[in-house]
Amino acid sequence: MIDPQVLERHGLKPDEYERIVAFMGREPNLTELGIFSVMWSEHCSYKSSRVHLRTLPTEGPQVLQGPGENAGAIDIGDGLAAVFKIESHNHPSFIEPYQGAATGVGGIIRDIFTMGARPIALMNSLRFGELDTPATARLLEGVVAGIAGYGNSIGIPTLGGEIGFEPLYAGNPLVNVFCLGLAKQSDIVKGVASGVGNAVYYVGAKTGRDGIHGATMASAEFDESSADKRPAVQVGDPFMEKLLLEACLEVMQTDALIGIQDMGAAGLTCSTTEMGSRGGAGVEIDVSLVPQRESGMTPYEIMLSESQERMLLVAKRGREAEVERVFEKWDLHAVHIGHVTADGLLRVKDHGAVVAEIPNRALTDEAPVYHRAMSPPDYLAEAQKLDLDALARSANAFALQPSAEPSDVARRLQPSDVLLALLGSPTIGSKRWVYQQYDHMVQTNTVNIPGLGAGVVRIKGTDRALAMSVDGNGRYCYLDPHRGAMLAVAEAARNVACAGARPLAATNCLNFGNPERPAIMWQFAQAVEGIGAACRALDVPITGGNVSLYNETDGRAIYPTPVIGVVGLLEHADRAMTRRFQDAGDVIVLLGEGRGELGGSEYLKIVHRIVRGMPPSLDLTAERALQALVVALADARLIRSAHDCSDGGLAVALAECCFDTNGIGADVSIPAVNVARDPQIDIAAALFGESASRVIVSLATDALAGVLERSAAAQVPALVIGQTGGNRLHIAVGGATAVDLSVDAAERTWASAVSRYFKKHAA
Amino acid sequence: MKFSVIVFPGSNCDHDAHHAAQDVLGQQAECIWHKDTDLKGADVVILPGGFAHGDYLRTGAMARFSPIMGAVRAFAERGGPVIGICNGFQVLLEAGLLPGAMLRNRSLKYQCEYVHVRVEQVDTPFTCAATPGQVLRIPIGHGEGNYFAPLDVLHTLEANRQVVLRYTSATGDAGDQWNPNGSANGIAGLCNESRNVVGMMPHPERACESILRGGTDGLVILESVVKWVTESRQPERLALHTS
Repeated sequence: MIDPQVLERHGLKPDEYERIVAFMGREPNLTELGIFSVMWSEHCSYKSSRVHLRTLPTEGPQVLQGPGENAGAIDIGDGLAAVFKIESHNHPSFIEPYQGAATGVGGIIRDIFTMGARPIALMNSLRFGELDTPATARLLEGVVAGIAGYGNSIGIPTLGGEIGFEPLYAGNPLVNVFCLGLAKQSDIVKGVASGVGNAVYYVGAKTGRDGIHGATMASAEFDESSADKRPAVQVGDPFMEKLLLEACLEVMQTDALIGIQDMGAAGLTCSTTEMGSRGGAGVEIDVSLVPQRESGMTPYEIMLSESQERMLLVAKRGREAEVERVFEKWDLHAVHIGHVTADGLLRVKDHGAVVAEIPNRALTDEAPVYHRAMSPPDYLAEAQKLDLDALARSANAFALQPSAEPSDVARRLQPSDVLLALLGSPTIGSKRWVYQQYDHMVQTNTVNIPGLGAGVVRIKGTDRALAMSVDGNGRYCYLDPHRGAMLAVAEAARNVACAGARPLAATNCLNFGNPERPAIMWQFAQAVEGIGAACRALDVPITGGNVSLYNETDGRAIYPTPVIGVVGLLEHADRAMTRRFQDAGDVIVLLGEGRGELGGSEYLKIVHRIVRGMPPSLDLTAERALQALVVALADARLIRSAHDCSDGGLAVALAECCFDTNGIGADVSIPAVNVARDPQIDIAAALFGESASRVIVSLATDALAGVLERSAAAQVPALVIGQTGGNRLHIAVGGATAVDLSVDAAERTWASAVSRYFKKHAA
Repeated sequence: MKFSVIVFPGSNCDHDAHHAAQDVLGQQAECIWHKDTDLKGADVVILPGGFAHGDYLRTGAMARFSPIMGAVRAFAERGGPVIGICNGFQVLLEAGLLPGAMLRNRSLKYQCEYVHVRVEQVDTPFTCAATPGQVLRIPIGHGEGNYFAPLDVLHTLEANRQVVLRYTSATGDAGDQWNPNGSANGIAGLCNESRNVVGMMPHPERACESILRGGTDGLVILESVVKWVTESRQPERLALHTS
């Protein structure tokens, strides 16, 4: 009997239920209700986000496959395709960090090899609460171990990514995982079921009761009882997935396959429905044939299980034996559980008796689409105000030395101290403790290891390489979601360009709060608009991605956090660049201009403990010119390193250029800015302001004329700011020394920023 | 000459070893599925890195029961050069082709990083092109590379000169601070008494091409065996094939 309690447990609203009854012309049974509940969940149906996502640019000559398939694909020349996508596993990772993160990695890898591509790189974007609480340290340790445990075992290098720490993520960490694969364009496979009578096969791990209603869990807010939802988190088996990966890639070579799809969120339900829907066909299966891990499972449980490492595939009639033979080689069982029909229905049988029968259309096209109410959040107008002159006077300023009188501290807190504080903060500091746990070298393609900027992998058999970066800034989006989202796209593309690669396309992972609240929906819509604007201007179409809503704990939402992954192409792998200065005596040039913008900066957060102001302005035309220039300079071998200025501004970026170089220092002089009455704030703004569209490059002296000439031609401001060498980082602002630090000491602070929260060796 | 790379379910450095042998060294290379029983004319056998059989039970514990291991053992007993890299080393230990066992790294974490190892012995097929005491910069990538053996076994290994590679500083100084995982005696690589079977935790196949920017110090390991097979052991090699 379907009563209101049953509906509530399934996350369905009464009006949604009425819609189901109207479409079916009858009351659904419980199995059917379960199927509707997962397919109509936010996670699977995108019912709140769909109207906005439609506005994103998804096309271009480079795009082979846009959104709608298991992953996007782009043309990278030589008849090859890069297949990539980013996906979130936020909710499961909070409930069970190791398995939540591990199965997130497993899921995105399946999305890639399902397309016929061999996965060659992983990246991730993570957000946690502040690292100084033991709970966050444990969470980070668990998530990193889970990512490592899965990626390392399966043999795909994890090329790093980004990690940020903000109090608002304490109860709702973000785990966004990105995977990229390589395929011959002619080998790309789709998740489609067609050809009446063709056999539907189930392959991989057995179905258990784990993860039932994972998709609906991911579509609800957290509260105190969330920790009790552990059974809804799946357990990963990377060994099984490795076998599946190899077997699937091998079976795809046989030409006996019509289509294939992994069973991710909503498991068997989602894969049967979507494959049938894409092929304009129906799928009939008998759940009694599904391999089961536990006895006594009901059709409801089998259809909704989210057990990991399972695939659904459709084989050509008469070619079944070829398919079965490959799986047998890998000790996997391909089980014939049903067939493709002409009636457009999802028909589920149990020992021959029909237990569910639903038109595919009802589950996909007819799923609700909401134009949810939107209005700017109440906090916004106030938060965007930033009075720099009040900063020096404010009581909570200079929190680095809380015991001192603010007026004393204002005089004593030198820019060098501020720089050290920024370098030693976990968000900016070295993530070596993390990426050392990831196998980032397996497959022997890694040109740029983690921590040096974008990840870069060469493409064997060609001169080329792919660069990739994942970026997002929740604070910026909190202060202005439109601009913050544009900045995320710009930064990811800029990082790719700094490696010397031309940005080609993007994928997005949109992490937001409860869309039923107008303020959250407004943030979402603004961010999507910003992403669209930036992707259009920079010519990096969105080829797919993922939306994660309801990221709230006890009614408190995370910062709106769109994370953007950008993929770019290098024509010559050996011209890939990193952030590191290469030699003493090189010239340092700043491309782009600083405007002393402190709004939403790390400086304000760490020194003044405030999150205020407008995020840095962004001129997309200038950004595009800058990126094209950096790529051209790298390709012409005119520059030897390139590093984007982002969190912590120019001073932090310069310090990072000195790190991991065996102590190459720099002597730099930058122009003063005038943004406040207090000269100390002006100095801070010049050093730590986060103006966008800036790149620090280093070059041999004899390349300078060429660099300046090309910059002028590209209309990108280029300023010689100093020279590499010595073992100190010296920065003058407006001619007066502001920062003077030993590179060695600064690097030690930076290197231990994350690791100091963890024991070195077990006792 | 021909490299045969054994592929266990869960091996994940098999393609890398194959690539290094075939595309970098220009030798013939073939991947051999673990259910096969024939090494297909191998001159050298590589047991690659990865997680054979998921490393369930213990690292390498299941792989020793794979059908191909009979042929690998026979090949080794005939004096054929066999190298186990990382997980392959763990398999050799479990199969009893090398003494000792692996514990979890003392950090209790997986570690992927460049380390330095000193070549202690140059009279093995995999180090004969190196100079004594040569320091190699090669990456590791493992969670269980903390070599363990009872004291008397360690004593025998040292006395027999079976420690082939030892973790050191960049200048070749041994010491605990250069030991990445807590290995007994800083052992990074070992050989058997007959010296033809070598196991090592670092990945030489990951340090063979300058494009990967970590140097090419791993080449000397693979070039050694090419030299060993093609030059010094011609008669034995023929014997291997006809026996």
